[in-house]
Amino acid sequence: MSRTPRVILSLSVVAVALALISIAVGAYTLSLPDLMATLFGGGTPSDRFIVLKLRLPRVLLAVLVSIGFGLAGALFQSLLRNALASPDIIGISGGASVAAVLSLLVFGATGLVVPLSALLGALVVAFTIYLLSWRSGMNGMRFVLIGVGIAFMAQAVLGYLITRGDVRDAQQALVWMVGGLGGSSWGDILIMAVSLAVLLPAVVVLAAKLRMLQLGDDLAAGLGVSVQRSRLALIVVAVALVAIATALVGPLAFVAFVSAPIARRLVGGGGLALVPSALVAIVLVLGSDFVAQHLIATGAQVPTGIVTGIVGAPYLLWLISTTNREGRAS
Amino acid sequence: MTQADVPRRPAHELRADSVTLNYGGRDIVSNLSVTIPDGKVTVIVGANACGKSTLLRGLSRLLRPASGHVMLDGRDIHSVPSKEVARVVGILPQSPIAPEGITVRDLVARGRYPHQGWFQQWSAADDAAVEHALVATDTAELASRRIEELSGGQRQRVWIAMALSQDPDILLLDEPTTFLDVRHQLDALDVLAALNRERGTTIVMVLHELNLAARYADHMVLMGEGQIIAEGTPAEVVTAARMREAFGLEAQIISDPVSHSPMVIPVGRA
Repeated sequence: MSRTPRVILSLSVVAVALALISIAVGAYTLSLPDLMATLFGGGTPSDRFIVLKLRLPRVLLAVLVSIGFGLAGALFQSLLRNALASPDIIGISGGASVAAVLSLLVFGATGLVVPLSALLGALVVAFTIYLLSWRSGMNGMRFVLIGVGIAFMAQAVLGYLITRGDVRDAQQALVWMVGGLGGSSWGDILIMAVSLAVLLPAVVVLAAKLRMLQLGDDLAAGLGVSVQRSRLALIVVAVALVAIATALVGPLAFVAFVSAPIARRLVGGGGLALVPSALVAIVLVLGSDFVAQHLIATGAQVPTGIVTGIVGAPYLLWLISTTNREGRAS
Repeated sequence: MTQADVPRRPAHELRADSVTLNYGGRDIVSNLSVTIPDGKVTVIVGANACGKSTLLRGLSRLLRPASGHVMLDGRDIHSVPSKEVARVVGILPQSPIAPEGITVRDLVARGRYPHQGWFQQWSAADDAAVEHALVATDTAELASRRIEELSGGQRQRVWIAMALSQDPDILLLDEPTTFLDVRHQLDALDVLAALNRERGTTIVMVLHELNLAARYADHMVLMGEGQIIAEGTPAEVVTAARMREAFGLEAQIISDPVSHSPMVIPVGRA
């Protein structure tokens, strides 16, 4: 436990540094004093335009959705006691994407309807998996396997919708497939901020119950947790976190999946590591977005989700191989 | 904490009133009534699949009876808020799960959950309970180790420590000695016997090993096919005729030279 405050502090410092760099650096780079002046209400009109209209919204949205992705992954992985059980692997982000794209392209929805559709789609997927995997008890592995199947289905439906729909813009289509921060607006930021304001207190209350559920259903029930109700509430909250984030920026590949395992490795000690997971997600997304914008030099911008995927996939391999080694040792 | 300032437990009544318990539509325990003697060590024994673990699940409100009631202090246990039950009744199931990487102290501390409210943070009483649990189970020197690093015997003592930190007046345990060698079986049972003796905690456990059951039990419940065949002191319950009835076992009963409890010497199949 003693490592947690240090890890939180270090990750916060890295996150703030990355945020400042992301806002300052670009085709037009601001000096640190100019940046600070602009952020705190001063600055030239052109600096103000670049910072407040172009770069700050992108960074703020990146931070807020990362909290959603990081927490959702941590909650799902602990709840199902399975490191593979993150919403992007088991099709819940996919369900959100499909529903968001469906509402946008087929029904011409705008504004709040899109994230609400994503939420609905993700909930439908989550409870479909829940019902299909239920056999007089909850089995994490069965949940994951059914979820992986559903993730492929969601990907197929998404591909179909995008080809059938009138998406001329390949960039936009890619955002729905892998996620990107290109279209960040203050409206999106408001939606995510309000969602977090509602969902984070629920996470705080449910975290205590989740710590008991980690010990197995029987022990949790014996300690006074109403197992079914708590699990249901946790699923709804985690699904909402990931679905709303996905509706705004797409499924940012692997962020939900890798953040909690990295955070737990840094912290150690078998806790939920919720705050560190959210911070790792922020660092990962800000770093990946910076790479996507500035370090991969192509004509068109690379969606952020491509870079998180490049970071996440090798990490998955490393994680699996080291976990096996430790598994044999114990 | 010294023995003198450890208060004796308040008295409780836990009983099953004509309960029928089923899994997947099949009655495992049918129309069974039993009262758990307060402040005693009760051991439930019986052949495999006789319903002894199911009865324990029923008594600990993990399994809701299909009919009948489990009563705790005169109230149906399912009508009492679960956290309130957890402050009186503790249950250590057969295969609890330790989160990967958790330390002994953190695991034991999780037993304090029923004593914490929504906003009430960790208190000095919580610390004291955890310390006491670690000392009572002889796991204090393991406190900062990770569970994965421990032997089976140490691990089982840690789980018992977690149940102790919950500080229940009645502690139910489902085969707490499974997978332990004989010395570690005795270690675990001695911890529980001491808990009963020093603090008056009521212990109810399912055990496989008949001779250990007879040695540690004040009260024995012998089950067969979802019913109670006999209950009483070990001397009353462990008889040649009953062993034949419950286990289909031809056995001689002698007096255990160490504890003078009845001891089963198997002869063969009845």
